[in-house]
Amino acid sequence: MTISMDAWSCPLRLRDHPNIVLGHGGGGKLSSELIEHLFLPTFDSDELSELADAAVLAPAEGRLAVSTDSFVVHPLRFPGGDIGELAVNGTVNDLAMRGAVPAHLTAGFILEEGLALEELAGIATSMAAAAKRAGVVIVSADTKVVERGHGDGVYINTTGIGYVPTGVDIHPRRAQPGDAVVLSGTIGDHGMAIMSVRESLGFEADIASDTAPLNGLVADLLAAEIDVHVLRDPTRGGVAAAVNEIAGTAGVGIALDEQAIPIRPVVKAACELLGMDPLHVANEGKLVAIVSSDAAETTVDILRRSTAGRDAAVVGEVVSSHPGMVIARTPFGTSRVVDTMVGEQLPRIC
Amino acid sequence: MKYLDEFRDPDLAKVLLGEIEETITQPWVLMEVCGGQTHSIIRNGIDRLIPAEIEMVHGPGCPVCVTPLDVIDKALAIAARPDVTFCSFGDMLRVPGSDGDLFTVKSAGGDIRVVYSPLDALAIARENPDREVVFFGIGFETTAPANAMAVYQASQEGIANFSMLVSHVLVPPAMRAILDSPSNRVQGFLAAGHVCSVMGFAEYEPIAEQYDVPIVVSGFEPLDLLQAIRDLVRQLEEGRAEVENAYPRAVSRSGNGPAQAMIGDVFRVSDRAWRGIGTIPGSGWELAEEYREFDAVSRFTVTGIDTMESPLCRAGDVLRGQLKPDECPAFGNECTPRSPLGATMVSAEGACAAYYLHGRFRELEEAAQ
Amino acid sequence: MCLGIPGKVIEVTGEGVTRTGRVDFDGIVKDVNLAYVPEVQVGDYTIVHVGFAIAQLDEAAAMETLQLLQQLDAVDTELDPDAALAAEERIAEGSGP
Repeated sequence: MTISMDAWSCPLRLRDHPNIVLGHGGGGKLSSELIEHLFLPTFDSDELSELADAAVLAPAEGRLAVSTDSFVVHPLRFPGGDIGELAVNGTVNDLAMRGAVPAHLTAGFILEEGLALEELAGIATSMAAAAKRAGVVIVSADTKVVERGHGDGVYINTTGIGYVPTGVDIHPRRAQPGDAVVLSGTIGDHGMAIMSVRESLGFEADIASDTAPLNGLVADLLAAEIDVHVLRDPTRGGVAAAVNEIAGTAGVGIALDEQAIPIRPVVKAACELLGMDPLHVANEGKLVAIVSSDAAETTVDILRRSTAGRDAAVVGEVVSSHPGMVIARTPFGTSRVVDTMVGEQLPRIC
Repeated sequence: MKYLDEFRDPDLAKVLLGEIEETITQPWVLMEVCGGQTHSIIRNGIDRLIPAEIEMVHGPGCPVCVTPLDVIDKALAIAARPDVTFCSFGDMLRVPGSDGDLFTVKSAGGDIRVVYSPLDALAIARENPDREVVFFGIGFETTAPANAMAVYQASQEGIANFSMLVSHVLVPPAMRAILDSPSNRVQGFLAAGHVCSVMGFAEYEPIAEQYDVPIVVSGFEPLDLLQAIRDLVRQLEEGRAEVENAYPRAVSRSGNGPAQAMIGDVFRVSDRAWRGIGTIPGSGWELAEEYREFDAVSRFTVTGIDTMESPLCRAGDVLRGQLKPDECPAFGNECTPRSPLGATMVSAEGACAAYYLHGRFRELEEAAQ
Repeated sequence: MCLGIPGKVIEVTGEGVTRTGRVDFDGIVKDVNLAYVPEVQVGDYTIVHVGFAIAQLDEAAAMETLQLLQQLDAVDTELDPDAALAAEERIAEGSGP
């Protein structure tokens, strides 16, 4: 988005400051200008436009769900998206994973002194588009500025509010032996898209982040009255982290079928090159759904009707053996344990 | 991926398994030298597929595991310097020194960068002439041509702010050290495929003859490993002790001439301490005299390091195949992947980490049967 | 040790120690130093470790290895379908004999 500076009539013309300066976080005229001329028109939200200290919202039906997340991705822009899109979709998805219908979002920005306004405008535009796509409104926002050298450009925190319809109970403890594990699509796209533009590790590839809102997929499942037991979006730590958490919380074992896990050949190749296991690579537009086995096929069918779920597949089952442990069956019929990594997965040469 | 996926075909794997089963009549102890092979064996469950008569002992072919503790400590000290940009393969980031690891240094403000190739580190040096850029040059023979090239190019271009912390280890002396050990039980070796892509396999012939052990050059995919195991079992059953090549698509007897020439120019053989094993004479490479100015150890005077291996750590015995990880008293107690005492618990193909990850499950499997 | 992946050379530039190839790994393209494989040309496959080609992949040898196994597989299934099935079941169970 190119900011049109013409409408900015403040005497301390922002056009003289193409970058963020410390004053933008000072609460004075520079701050107001930033909010009024960059954020408000971009986010186009009634509540935000009131410019009150808080947004007062009428509660909707159902139980209130809240989720918060912070986004510190680097680089800010990567194949398939940017930090703004991630910030909106990430929190929308956290709400959706409890079956909540996401409604409102807050956005807190920590801006680094020196960040180009154009860049910030681009991020805000992405957020607005993502919010619209997900059907949420950004109702409260805040900006602070930190000195150059801190802040990696921009950090964003989003908190989301949603409402869980009556009768919907989606929680990791509901996983039970016999349940099917369904994945909504290909794994590893986001993590390898980021890796492809990382300094000294990068490569050319047609890999884009899969960042996307998942609340539509969840709504489809609930509308079809699928009794969804668990939903999890496999972000940091990948599918491995997500299913390990579920197995641990529910005290069940999970057995994955390696060959059933959807992955694009080019993403697989990137993992081979860097010696990384796709199960530990981050995803930003996929969900793991645990449903009773007789609902598995219908679940996959419903997911596949949407673009976001076009590659959905049953990838495993919940078992009573090895409680708390996740295993993966190899094409050779043997099984290997899939544990969460201690820290970040790193490329290896060994 | 072409020339990779075909060698993971389960139907063809069963052909090889069938041949192994038909051939074997008694127990045999085999060792795969290379950590990448260990990783593939465990990850695919190869050791669960082959007949129970075959015992696979995991060898010390993990340069991460065998990099001496004092070298790690030097790396940490150099990386902590404010004027240094320290570049490393990802594998080394979590290896514990006497006090902390590279991640600890990073969180204290060290400029640590993970790179894919030593040339990436050289590029960083070129682009940042005001920084001292140090590359952690670990590895077996496979990685030596790459590390040598980085030093060679630095020398040619006069990139004075580049240096390398070299810790190269060689396979044949390690094999000899294992075979020389009075408690050695290994009867046949899978030689490291990509080490042999570089070095060829002629240098294993004297070992096979002297120690009367068959050695088969093996690749890393399941079919490659099974083929090599089949060939080793055949040799053992027939009483032969030869060097065979089960990885012909990537290995020739003489190896890679240009790579060997560069290694010969940039490096020279030295004694090398192997963490947990001790010094094996002539088992490493260091920078040759003409390239000594690029040696990070000479360039940075590193003092005041108190190198102290944990007295509880038995990684050495594990590396020599003399102790199973779960026989170590610290295993699962003081020593876990989250708080490793030694490198065999940190590295992806360290035997201890592999046991920790898969051991519990395999016990459950066995109990269920 | 020694993660080496086969890739196809799609372009070559430079010569000597800086001879570089753009190598395609199933859609991933990376610059790879070809100094150690002067015989490798565009269209050839090579094994790449830490950004260096360390060997030309001998495609004939690869195919021979696979074909031999495929023939044995065909023979096994034909000659002794029961044994082949038993071996298959063993693999499915994930254990040795």
